[in-house]
Amino acid sequence: MPPPDTASVPLTGWGRTAPTAARLVRPGSAAEAVAAVRGCGPRGGIARGLGRAYGDAAQNAGGTVWDMTGLDRIRSVDAEAGVVVCEAGVSLHRLMRVLLPLGWFVPVTPGTRYVTVGGAIGADIHGKNHHVAGSFSRHVRSLELLTADGEVRTAAPGCDLFAATCGGMGLTGVILAATVQLLPVQTSLMTVDTERARDLDDVMARLDAGDHRYPYSVAWIDLLARGRALGRAVLTRGDHAPPGALPPRARRDPLAFRPVQLPAAPRHLPRGLVGRPSVALFNALWYRTAPRRRTGELQKLSAFFHPLDGLPHWNRVYGRGGFVQYQFVVPYGQEEALRRIVLRIAGRRCPSFLAVLKRFGAADPGWLSFPAPGWTLALDVPAGLPGLGGFLDELDERVAAAGGRVYLAKDARLRPDLLAAMYPRLPDFRALRAELDPRGVFTSDLARRLGIAHRPGC
Amino acid sequence: MKDAFGSPQSLLVLGGTSEIALATAARLAARRTRTVWLAGRPSPALEASAGRLRALGAQVRTVPFDALDTDRHEEVLGKVFAEGDLDMVLLAFGVLGDQPRDEREPAGAVRVAATNYTGALSAALICGRALRRQGHGSLVVLSSVAGERARRSNFVYGSSKAGLDALAQGLGDSLHGTGVHVLVVRPGFVHTKMTAGLPAAPLATTPEAVAEAIEHGLRRRSEVVWVPGVLRCVMSVLRHVPRAVFRRLPL
Repeated sequence: MPPPDTASVPLTGWGRTAPTAARLVRPGSAAEAVAAVRGCGPRGGIARGLGRAYGDAAQNAGGTVWDMTGLDRIRSVDAEAGVVVCEAGVSLHRLMRVLLPLGWFVPVTPGTRYVTVGGAIGADIHGKNHHVAGSFSRHVRSLELLTADGEVRTAAPGCDLFAATCGGMGLTGVILAATVQLLPVQTSLMTVDTERARDLDDVMARLDAGDHRYPYSVAWIDLLARGRALGRAVLTRGDHAPPGALPPRARRDPLAFRPVQLPAAPRHLPRGLVGRPSVALFNALWYRTAPRRRTGELQKLSAFFHPLDGLPHWNRVYGRGGFVQYQFVVPYGQEEALRRIVLRIAGRRCPSFLAVLKRFGAADPGWLSFPAPGWTLALDVPAGLPGLGGFLDELDERVAAAGGRVYLAKDARLRPDLLAAMYPRLPDFRALRAELDPRGVFTSDLARRLGIAHRPGC
Repeated sequence: MKDAFGSPQSLLVLGGTSEIALATAARLAARRTRTVWLAGRPSPALEASAGRLRALGAQVRTVPFDALDTDRHEEVLGKVFAEGDLDMVLLAFGVLGDQPRDEREPAGAVRVAATNYTGALSAALICGRALRRQGHGSLVVLSSVAGERARRSNFVYGSSKAGLDALAQGLGDSLHGTGVHVLVVRPGFVHTKMTAGLPAAPLATTPEAVAEAIEHGLRRRSEVVWVPGVLRCVMSVLRHVPRAVFRRLPL
């Protein structure tokens, strides 16, 4: 039984919807994690990192949630080969701080550096470089997984356990540590090319034509623009700056990493701050003030990759009602489906700050890994928007019909019956889980809501 | 589990023949609700309710439940919770009574109180505890504007709902931070079989409108919803009318 002194605490994901209560246990070492898993109660447990999954992936109502940020040791860094061995609770922020001075960068970073390595593998995260670098798991050489029987197994690319764990949302076990191949960099600045695209066709054409020239590429698209401006966007694409591109002052410390942070957003903000007028104004300003075309601009890493990390707790601007992020991918060849979806969203006037459009490259082997070759669109919407549930269900249908899928790390509302269509390797995942975790020790609100672990007929 | 919009996947209705409950269940079944338990006294009406919801694609099971038989509540409700998590419990049973007759024959008034208050107290506490154990879920309690201020014309019913309302508020506060959400619903006059034949009060509403308000309250994780919403203002005025005036009002 879990120790009686651990009180239940309400937890939500980053979107701050659907709070549920769980016992929060923070193991400080692998041995403590093993003891925690062996002693977990009948409602099971799930590992949680920094709580950046938008939905209910790291919640476990009535059960246990293991706060993994206590496992925060970097075991070794091979500065020659660029390989780091670290515990699962180490954040990408910390890795950047430690590794940049040595000339190494994380191979893949999402829009925030406040995610843990364990979370990055569990959600098989992607970044602006997916079209060339794939998802995070592509750079993982091996990982240590604590499974339901209390044993620690080592999984490496090529084995089923590895494929099930990458993108497996923590449902195969607790990741304790990982060996990650890093990316060499010479400076901590980015050279960024910015251009504006007047509509959706324009932005898609530009991304198609130019992505091969940039390792990092993304387009911010204004989903509130209508008519001829439908899908207007600002493309920002870049690469790590070579030392020669740096101004003389910066050359003295080319690998400096000093991200700027504003004070955190206040705890209690009213609902409705993010409304149609404010978002439309913001998006229009964003578009209008972006340069039509600018090349070679130097930007800090943090400004290029993680602009929202500059405002801690930015998720609070949506107020108590929270928000949902909807991210899907549709395969290449389904551009028409993407167009129709964008048209539907724009037609419905969802107050969505700067949605993100990106081209994905080849998929990685994770069975429940999200990225697949195609177009991905991510948008934030206040959860209180009337009729949003039904509207997103309709988009799900279109995404599934086009052979696409939605991202489980961001999901808080998918219709359960579409899961199997979106993730064709789900039966394999369930079979492996049935073998590895027959009692269902690892479970989460996400798993319960979508029936991820259920085997048909059981 | 509820989704980001508070839509439950499983629902237990206490008072399975209540029209408001049925309208709510039907509305939720159109979203995410697939499993519905209808608890009530076994009757053809209960089976008919189940049939209606099955036609909407929900898996419906009926369970014999009598609000007055509080000794058996633990056992009956325990069995339902033992079958799996419940994302929402809708406490919808209640009787209106017949005020003039209840005043003449207090045994009838006791029955109103025993159903609307004591029975609900027992069921709400049992369900609240079970929801707390599972760490999530909404307990939706059908109160009434009649409980906001007792009126000359129906204070028996009104006082039972006043007790229920206070119970639900207190329970909601005690469950704050446990993942369990308690929603108090205060409808005005609702056109149902319970009120059939009575003269409709101003701002009368329908079971469907109450269902919509409940869905909205779930989404916003509200603590109280009034149906229609304007009743909140009306009642806050009426609450402050002096007694000498209030008793003369034709309410």
